[in-house]
Amino acid sequence: MVAGLLKPDAGAISIFGIDALENPTAAKQIVAWVSDEPMIYERLTPFEFLEFVAGLWGVDAKLAEARARDLLAWLDLTPHMHERCEGFSKGMRQKVALASALVHDPRLIILDEPLTGLDAGSARLVKEVMRERVRRGDTVIMTTHILEVAERMADRIGVMAHGRLIAEGTLDELRRQAGQGGTSLEDTFLTLTAADSADLL
Amino acid sequence: MSTAGSLVWFARHELRLAWRDWTTLLTAGNRRRVRIIAIAILVVAALMHLIAYAMLSDFIKEGVQADKATLLSLTVSALLVWSVMLSQALESVTRAFYARADLDLILASPADARKLFMVRIAAIAVAAIGMAVLIAAPFINIMALCDSPRWLGTYVTALAMGLAAAAAAVALVEFLFRTLGPKRTRIAAQVVAAIIGAAFVIGLQTAAILSAGTISRFQVLQSDVVLSVVPGTDSLLWLPARALLGEPAAVVIFLVFAIAALVTAIVVFSARFGANALAAGTATRPSTRQQGGGQRFRPVSQTRALREKEWKLLRRDPWLLSQSLLQVLYLVPPAVLLWQSFGARHAAFILIVPILVMAAGQLAGGLAWLAISGEDAADLIASAPIAPRAITRAKVEAVIGAVALIFLPFLIALAIAAPREALATAAGILVAAGGATAIQLWFRVQAKRSHFRRRQTSSRLATFAEAFSSIGWAAAAALAASATWLALIPAFLAAAVLTGAWLASPTRA
Repeated sequence: MVAGLLKPDAGAISIFGIDALENPTAAKQIVAWVSDEPMIYERLTPFEFLEFVAGLWGVDAKLAEARARDLLAWLDLTPHMHERCEGFSKGMRQKVALASALVHDPRLIILDEPLTGLDAGSARLVKEVMRERVRRGDTVIMTTHILEVAERMADRIGVMAHGRLIAEGTLDELRRQAGQGGTSLEDTFLTLTAADSADLL
Repeated sequence: MSTAGSLVWFARHELRLAWRDWTTLLTAGNRRRVRIIAIAILVVAALMHLIAYAMLSDFIKEGVQADKATLLSLTVSALLVWSVMLSQALESVTRAFYARADLDLILASPADARKLFMVRIAAIAVAAIGMAVLIAAPFINIMALCDSPRWLGTYVTALAMGLAAAAAAVALVEFLFRTLGPKRTRIAAQVVAAIIGAAFVIGLQTAAILSAGTISRFQVLQSDVVLSVVPGTDSLLWLPARALLGEPAAVVIFLVFAIAALVTAIVVFSARFGANALAAGTATRPSTRQQGGGQRFRPVSQTRALREKEWKLLRRDPWLLSQSLLQVLYLVPPAVLLWQSFGARHAAFILIVPILVMAAGQLAGGLAWLAISGEDAADLIASAPIAPRAITRAKVEAVIGAVALIFLPFLIALAIAAPREALATAAGILVAAGGATAIQLWFRVQAKRSHFRRRQTSSRLATFAEAFSSIGWAAAAALAASATWLALIPAFLAAAVLTGAWLASPTRA
């Protein structure tokens, strides 16, 4: 819904003060969404793909190209920038998708299971990218089933169960909510979701 | 009960999977549709028999003589059907190699995978036979009923043709595998399959136009020139034709030959099937360095970025190109006819009009599916800061632009030679392409581009609407080119088809 792919039945969505339902185009301009399955075109090269995405987001060509070259270099894709993506590994595809998400310099980045299928090196790179964006003042929302990653990386954590947000806050706040102190996120998560299941029953 | 891992056990397993695929295809998972589908099949079968009777009644009255003209026509028809069978079998063999599905499981098991490959090669033959028999059955039945029961032998001939097609397809794919390697065989085989299916009929029509000035291939086969150069009726060359006539000796010889060919193919190649499938699965695709690709970002509008992306993806996919531009191959005969008749006021121009309109409708339907439903990064496009209406408009422009690029040279040539026909053709192409694109918009279902061939099965209603709309506009354009008000009738019917499709479309619901 925040990325503009689904329409809510009710409620409002505000992204950095922009009403996403009233003005979806302006909201999309500052949002990037990276799916767990990289959304790229096999027959385009990373360079062409970034040019296409920059064109879609209406980014000035010169500025976009400079950003694209920086991103490709940062993600170790420069040697492959003029090769078609069809022969790329999952990790390389994910990096191309990540570069495309950043080429328009979004302020909100939504990542769906960004570490799935990545090798250790690529996973670290993705985590670095996220930390860097947060340091710059952007917002990163990441979904993950790897709770250790959430525990180590996230400032605030939301716990989803049965399609609902059942808890949200810092790790300490969640621990308090679960009535546990000093335990891992995994323990906290299991306590919260078990309580929710019991409530549903 | 068959022993696990035996030939019969694998055959039962394959049969069960095939049956479930087939019923799902027909009923779309809704079991309540079975009765409706069964009734529809019976109605269509009855209708086909009536059509066959209407087409064959004169032929039956005159009596079928095994003279040179008949044998030649039958041989050419058999080659035509066989080329389509071969095309289908080539597709199936390629799929058997490359669509891994359960192969990893079976090859990793202690069962003898060779037996599975034997069954799969036989299944490819059965599929090819099934298609030919489905089309030919009404004609065979009518001939058997009204002329002589010996025509039932034609069923056996169709069986033999399917076996021979499967054998040839297996040998051809194996040859491609050895010469081109696993990385390139898939595309090569699919392109060859697409071209084989069309090339024969197109070549024959082109030859007919060049030699006799007609688009009818059978007219040229009856000409004295052709009949004087073909061998006598006792030649072995006519064996397939005699088998089609149901002559018992010819049927038996042809069947024995086909069985021998398939058995040889199974024995020789089934052992290599596993190795080929493994090679196909592990073959990493070559990293294609894009030459001449832009070294600099160019300033483009959002809609232009979308249009250019569509054209670039289409240009770079030889398989999709061969599939979607296959219709363009059918333009070769009218192009030859246009070239031959150029400069003279010729009735042949009227003949070109519906062919061009029909081809434009079909081409636009395929391209629209690729651009609209076959969008591999649909969520990326949807999350871009561009209005959905602008996205749709850009995609429609990409489709119409590609159609215009292909048909403009024909229209210009036609406009110089016959302006009225050109005007009718241009109008026909515009509405047929627009109609086909609109249907794809109304019935859009997100899918992978690689599923292009399955697009016809995703919505049968859309497929039929697209075909009937194109046929209607083609007929309207042809009649309009003849300056008759009767053109309004097919135009009205085509518009009714489009309206019906819109009313029934899920988009509207």
